[in-house]
Amino acid sequence: MIQAILVFNNHGKPRLVRFYQRFPEEIQQQIVRETFHLVLKRDDNICNFLEGGSLIGGSDYKLIYRHYATLYFVFCVDSSESELGILDLIQVFVETLDKCFENVCELDLIFHMDKGPAICRMLFRGSTKSVFQADCSCSHDFRFQVHYILQEVVMGGMVLETNMNEIVAQIEAQNRLEKSEGGLSAAPARAVSAVKNINLPEMPRNINIGDLNIKVPNLSQFV
Amino acid sequence: MALKMVKGSIDRMFDKNLQDLVRGIRNHKEDEAKYISQCIDEIKQELKQDNIAVKANAVCKLTYLQMLGYDISWAAFNIIEVMSASKFTFKRIGYLAASQCFHEGTDVIMLTTNQIRKDLSSPSQYDTGVALTGLSCFVTPDLARDLANDIMTLMSHTKPYIRKKAVLIMYKVFLKYPESLRPAFPRLKEKLEDPDPGVQSAAVNVICELARRNPKNYLSLAPLFFKLMTSSTNNWVLIKIIKLFGALTPLEPRLGKKLIEPLTNLIHSTSAMSLLYECVNTVIAVLISLSSGMPNHSASIQLCVQKLRILIEDSDQNLKYLGLLAMSKILRTHPKSVQAHKDLVLQCLDDKDESIRLRALDLLYGVSKKNLMEIVKKLMTHVDKAEGTTYRDELLTKIIDICSQSNYQHITNFEWYISILVELTRLEGTRHGHLIAAQMLDVAIRVKAIRRFAVAQMSALLDSAHLVASSPQRSGICEVLYAAAWICGEFSEHLQEPQQTLEAMLRPKVTTLPGHIQAVYVQNVVKLYAAILQQKEQAADVSAAQEVTQLLVERLPQFVQSADLEVQERASCILQLVKHVQKLQAKDVPVAEEVSALFAGELNPVAPKAQKKVPVPEGLDLDAWINEPLSDSESEDEKPKAMFQDEEQRHAKPRAPEADEQELARRREARRQEQANNPFYIKSSPSPQKRYQDAPGVEHIPVVQIDLSVPLKVPGMPLSDQYVKLEEERRHRQRLEKDKRKKKKRERERRGTRRHSSLHTESDEDIAPAQRVDIVTEEMPENALPSDEDDKDPNDPYRALDIDLDKPLADSEKLPVQKHRNAETSKSPEKEDVPLMEKKSKKPKKKEKKHKEKEREKKKKVEKVEGEDLDFWLSTTPPAATPAPEELEVNTTVTVLKTGQEEPRGEEQDADEDREQDLEKKPSKHKKKKHKKDKEERPKDKRKSKKKVPPTDEEAAEPVENGTLDEEPLPPMSSYTLLAENSYIKMTYDVQGSLQKDSQVTVSVVLENQSDSFLKSMELNVLDSLNARLARPEGSSVHDGVPVPFQLPPTIQSIVMAQKLKGTLSFIAKNDEGSTHEKLDFKLHFTCTSYLVTTPCYSDAFAKLLESGDLSMSSIKVDGISMSFHNLLAKICFHHRFSVVERVDSCASMYSRSIQGHHVCLLVKKGEKSVSVDGKCSDPTLLSNLLEEMKETLATC
Repeated sequence: MIQAILVFNNHGKPRLVRFYQRFPEEIQQQIVRETFHLVLKRDDNICNFLEGGSLIGGSDYKLIYRHYATLYFVFCVDSSESELGILDLIQVFVETLDKCFENVCELDLIFHMDKGPAICRMLFRGSTKSVFQADCSCSHDFRFQVHYILQEVVMGGMVLETNMNEIVAQIEAQNRLEKSEGGLSAAPARAVSAVKNINLPEMPRNINIGDLNIKVPNLSQFV
Repeated sequence: MALKMVKGSIDRMFDKNLQDLVRGIRNHKEDEAKYISQCIDEIKQELKQDNIAVKANAVCKLTYLQMLGYDISWAAFNIIEVMSASKFTFKRIGYLAASQCFHEGTDVIMLTTNQIRKDLSSPSQYDTGVALTGLSCFVTPDLARDLANDIMTLMSHTKPYIRKKAVLIMYKVFLKYPESLRPAFPRLKEKLEDPDPGVQSAAVNVICELARRNPKNYLSLAPLFFKLMTSSTNNWVLIKIIKLFGALTPLEPRLGKKLIEPLTNLIHSTSAMSLLYECVNTVIAVLISLSSGMPNHSASIQLCVQKLRILIEDSDQNLKYLGLLAMSKILRTHPKSVQAHKDLVLQCLDDKDESIRLRALDLLYGVSKKNLMEIVKKLMTHVDKAEGTTYRDELLTKIIDICSQSNYQHITNFEWYISILVELTRLEGTRHGHLIAAQMLDVAIRVKAIRRFAVAQMSALLDSAHLVASSPQRSGICEVLYAAAWICGEFSEHLQEPQQTLEAMLRPKVTTLPGHIQAVYVQNVVKLYAAILQQKEQAADVSAAQEVTQLLVERLPQFVQSADLEVQERASCILQLVKHVQKLQAKDVPVAEEVSALFAGELNPVAPKAQKKVPVPEGLDLDAWINEPLSDSESEDEKPKAMFQDEEQRHAKPRAPEADEQELARRREARRQEQANNPFYIKSSPSPQKRYQDAPGVEHIPVVQIDLSVPLKVPGMPLSDQYVKLEEERRHRQRLEKDKRKKKKRERERRGTRRHSSLHTESDEDIAPAQRVDIVTEEMPENALPSDEDDKDPNDPYRALDIDLDKPLADSEKLPVQKHRNAETSKSPEKEDVPLMEKKSKKPKKKEKKHKEKEREKKKKVEKVEGEDLDFWLSTTPPAATPAPEELEVNTTVTVLKTGQEEPRGEEQDADEDREQDLEKKPSKHKKKKHKKDKEERPKDKRKSKKKVPPTDEEAAEPVENGTLDEEPLPPMSSYTLLAENSYIKMTYDVQGSLQKDSQVTVSVVLENQSDSFLKSMELNVLDSLNARLARPEGSSVHDGVPVPFQLPPTIQSIVMAQKLKGTLSFIAKNDEGSTHEKLDFKLHFTCTSYLVTTPCYSDAFAKLLESGDLSMSSIKVDGISMSFHNLLAKICFHHRFSVVERVDSCASMYSRSIQGHHVCLLVKKGEKSVSVDGKCSDPTLLSNLLEEMKETLATC
C-alpha cells in the first residue's frame, strides 16, 4: 500500500499532497516539512530510499523519492510494494505529466484537436513552461490536472494503472468530456477577467511565477 | 480610488478563480495568513450562492488551501453539494475535494450514500470512475456496508476502466466491512483471469494485499497464482505475485519446492532489476521455509548471494541498498553464505550514503564468536570517524545489539566487553547513555565472574566523572554514572580502593548531576561505607573507621540541600543513620556488622514478562468484587480513582523513618524463613565466596575465580584493543593445542571408517571462552504459562479479515442489498433484489456465459475438496495426467486465443473450449474423471494442436525479434524479404493487402533457381493456424498442398497482430545425375504492416477523423537517428505503406488504412537525434503492433 504521495519543490512548497490515511491538516504539513528536510540534505547521487521511521506508520514504511530539477516526488509505502517498482511508478507518473503537458508543435493543433483549450492556448505562447503557468480559465488548472492524473495512477493507496498510454487516454477522454460541458468558468467569467486585466493599473503586468515550472529530464525507462 | 471601487464590485460579482488565488498568495508573501483568511471569507460568501459553478469554483480554491494546511472540514456540506452536481466538471471537483478532506469523523459523510450510489450506476463511465476514486479515500464502515453490493456489481461492468477501479476499491470495503469478504471473494477470484490486464493486475493487487495480512486463508489460490506467474508477462503483476508467494511459502514448504525452479529461471532470464530483486527475495523466503537438509538448495543460495553481490557492487546506489537489504534476510538462515562477502559489507560501511551504511550495519548481525571482536573493533573506528550524531548513535546501538544478542552468546571475553562499554562513554553528545548504563548493569549483575573487573573499571569511571559529565551537551552520557555508582556500591566487596571511590562519589561536583543519579550516589555511598567499615573493623583500625564516618557526616549535607526530593530524603535519612553510627563508634561499639546487614541479600534479575506470566491461582476470580459496589451509582467511574490517588498521597507523605538495624535484621530473618519454606523459591547452597557470614544463601551459582594475572596497562592503546590482541593469542594457543590433540585423534581414527574433516575451519563451538562465565538467566515464575499471546495486537485492523474463504457460502452470507428505507433511490428495482448468484450470469458475451455456468457447476463440487486439491497440486510426483509444464504451456495459448479477439469457429472451437476447461480445472480430481473420456477420444488431435500453437504465441509476444531474424540485407527499397533458401532454390516474398477483399492478403513469392538443375512438380503447402489459413480451392482438405504456380491468397481473420504461417515447398530437382525429391521449410511472416494499404488522405478529412475522438492513441520514440527527415518519411511510406498528409518543417502527419478498414494516423516529429511517432488508430492492438514494427524499421536507419 502507498501511504502518502507528496510533491514539493526545492523550497519545500507543497505542489501535491495526497494522504491515503487520515492525518489532520497540521500533521500533514508537519510531515511535508519533515520529509522535505529529510530529502533536502540528500545528494542526488545517493540512493532513493529513506527509512521513514517515525514519520508515517512505523518501521514497515519507507520513503521512496525522485528528484527532478525543481521538484521532489516522494512516495511513502509499506513493505508490500516493490521498491524498484515504485521508482518505476514515479517515473511513469512524471512521464505522464510530461506527456500531458509537453512536446507540442504546430501540427499538434490539428492532431490534438480533441485535447482541449489548454493545449491550444499554450501553443500560442510558444513555450511548454507556460502549461504550468498558464492561467487557463478552463477548470483543469495544472494543480488539479496533476491530481486527476495521479488518480488514474494510484487509487486509494493502491496502484491502479501503470500503462502510460492508458492513463493518458483516460485523462484525455475526461478532459474532453469536461470541455464538452463548457468547463468550470464559461464565457462570462472569462470576459470579466479580461475587463479586470484591462482596467486596473496596479495589476502587476509581469508576474513571475518562477517556482512552478516542472522540467523533466528525459530519462530512459528505468528497469 | 474610483478604480478601486470598480475593482471591488467586479470582484464581488465575478469571483476570483483558483489562478487568482494562487497569484494573490504569491503577491502577499508578508501577510499570507491575513490574505488567506480574507480569501476564506470570500469563499464563504461564494458558497452561499445558488450558482453551482460559483460553488465549484469556491471548492476548487478550498482544495488548494487544504494542501497548504488549512482545515476545510467546515465546508464538507458544500463539497457534497458540488459532488452531486450533474455536470462531470463539478462532480470531479467535488469528489477530489472530498477525497482530500473527508474521513471517518466527518459527520455529513452519511449524506453521501445515495449520491454515490447514483453515480456508481451512472451511464457515464467517468461519473462512476470519479465516484469510485473518491470513495476509495473516504469509505467508512457504513458506506462500505451500504455500497458493497453496488461495487460488486461494478466488478462485472463492461468497461475495464470501471472493472479495475471496482476491484481495487473492494479492498477498502473489506477493511471497513469484513463481512463482505466471503460473498465477494468468488468474483474477485474470477477477476484474476479477466481478459483486461489492468483488471487482472488490480485483482492480483487486492488479493496480495489481503493475503499479506492473513496468508493461510489464501493458500488454496496458490495453483492459480502459479499459473499466472508462469504465464503473465506484466512485470507489475509478476512482482506482486512473487511477493505474495514469499508470504505463502512459510506456511507450506511444498509450495516452496515447486517455486524454486520457475523463480530460478526468472532470475536467469529477466532483464528487469525490479523483478530480479523480488525473485531473489522470494527464493530467500522459500529457502528459509525449507529445511536446510536438501543439498541442491545450496546452489540456489549461491545464486541469490551471487546476484545480490552484483547488485551491491553496482554503481547504482538503489541497487546497492536493496542488495544489502535482501542480504540481511539470507543472513538469518545462512550466515555462512553471507560471511563470505564480509569484505563487501565492511566496504559499504564506508559509503557516503547513510541509508546504505545503516543497511550494512544490519548485516553485521551475522556475527559469531569468531569475528565479534574484529567487527566491533571496526565499528569502533567508525564511531571515531562518524561526523553525524545520528549515525554515531546508530553505530553505538548496533555495537551493543550485536554484543548482547541472544543472551551475550557471542561474547567470549566479558572484560573486553566492559572495556568497550567504557570506551563508548567517551562519545560526544550521544543520546544513548542509558543504553550503555543498562548494559553495564546487566553484565555486572548477570555475569558474576566479571564483577571484580567491572567494579575496577567503574570506580575509574567514577573517578573521572568530571570528564564524563563536564559539558552540558554530554548530558546524555552521564547516565553511565548511574550504573557506575550502583555497581561500585552493590559489589563494593570487590573494590581495591573503596575509600578512594567513596571520596570520588562525595565530591561537590556531583551535585550538578541530574537528580536520579545523585539519588543513586547517595544510596550507594552508604553501601560503600558499610563495606569500608567492615574492612576497617576487621583490621581493627578504629581510627580509620571513624575517619570515614566523619567524612560522610561532613559531605552528606550537600545532598540534604538538594532540590531533588528523592536525593534530599535519602540524604537526610542516611545522615541521621551515620550520625547514629558515629555515636556508637565513639562508644567503641563494633557497628560494621549491623551496617552491612542493611544491604545484605542479593538482587536477582527478573524477566520483564515475569509478572504477566504468573498463573492465576485456582479459586481466584479476578473479576469478582472484593467489596460489594456502592449502591449509589453516582459518579462511580471517578470515585475509585480519586480514592486511590488520595491513598497514594497519604502513603507518600509520612513515610516511616528508616527502621533501625535490629528491626531490619528481624525482618530479613523472617523473610529468609519464609523463603526457606517456600517451595517455589530457588534455594541456594552457601558459597565459599560469601562475604557476609549471615547473608542468605543467594549465590547459588558457582563462580569461578578469574585469574587476572596479565597486566592490562599498555600505554597509548585503547583497552579493548589490547583484549583483542590477547584474545587472538589465546585462541592461537588453543588452536595449537587442539591441533595436537586432533592429530593424535586422527592417527587413531585413520583405520576407522569415520570421515574426518581435515580443514582448519574454526567453528563457533571450538572457541572456548576466556573465562568460564555463568550467565544468570532472568527469573521467571515457576509454571509460567508458555504463551505467545502477548505478541498479538488486539487492535490490528487486519485481524477482522482473517476469514476462512474456502468454506462454501451460506445462504445468510449475502451482501446487504439496498432496502426500501432509502426512498429516493428505489427506482431501479431490477437491480435491487436480484440475488447475487443470479446477477453473476449477466454476462456480455454468450460464450463467456456458457463457460461461466459450466465453471460454476464445477466450483460447487470443487469447493468441498479444495484442501485436497492443493495437496494434489503440491505433491511432487503428480499422476501422469497432470504434467505441470505442459499444462501451463497450453494455457498460454488459450490466453492468446482470447486476446486474438476473433474466436475460432466450428469443431476446433469446441475442442479448444474443452481443453481450456480441462486445464483450468486440472487440480480438481472430479474434473479429471469427467473429461477423461473426451481426452481419450482425441489424444492425437490434441497433441497436434499443441505443437502447432505455441509458435503463434511466441510470435505474438515478440514479433520484432522474428522480424529481424527473417530480414536480410536487401537492395534499398525493396520490400521482398527472404523466406527460405537452400542450395537449389531461394524464396523471397512480399505481402500485399487489398481493400477490395477484406481479410485477404496476397503473398507474392519469388522462386529463384540457384542451381543448374531442373526443378519441377513444385508444391506449396501451408499449415493453417487459427487466425490465418491458405485459401484453397473449394473441396480440398486442410492437408492438401497447392501445386505451383497458384493464385490463392491466404485469408487472415485477425489482423490486429502479426501472424506467422509455417509451410513447406516440395519439388523434384532433376540434373544430369538423376532426380531427387527435395523439401524446403519456410515461415511466412505477416507483419501488421502487411495489412495496410496505402491510401491517400486530405488534410481536412484527416482533421475530421482525428476530431471524432474515436481513435486510441499510442506513441514511440526512437533515438540515435541521423537520416534526413525526407528520407525517413520515404522509408516509412515505403516500408509501412503510409502516405504523407501534410508536412511542416520536421513534422509530418501520415495516414494509412488497413484491409479491414482501420484508420491509422501518425504524427512524426524529428528532434535532433531522435524521432517520435504518435499514432492514432481505431484498434489499439493494431496500432501498438504497428508502432513496434515501425520502431524496428527506424532503428535500422
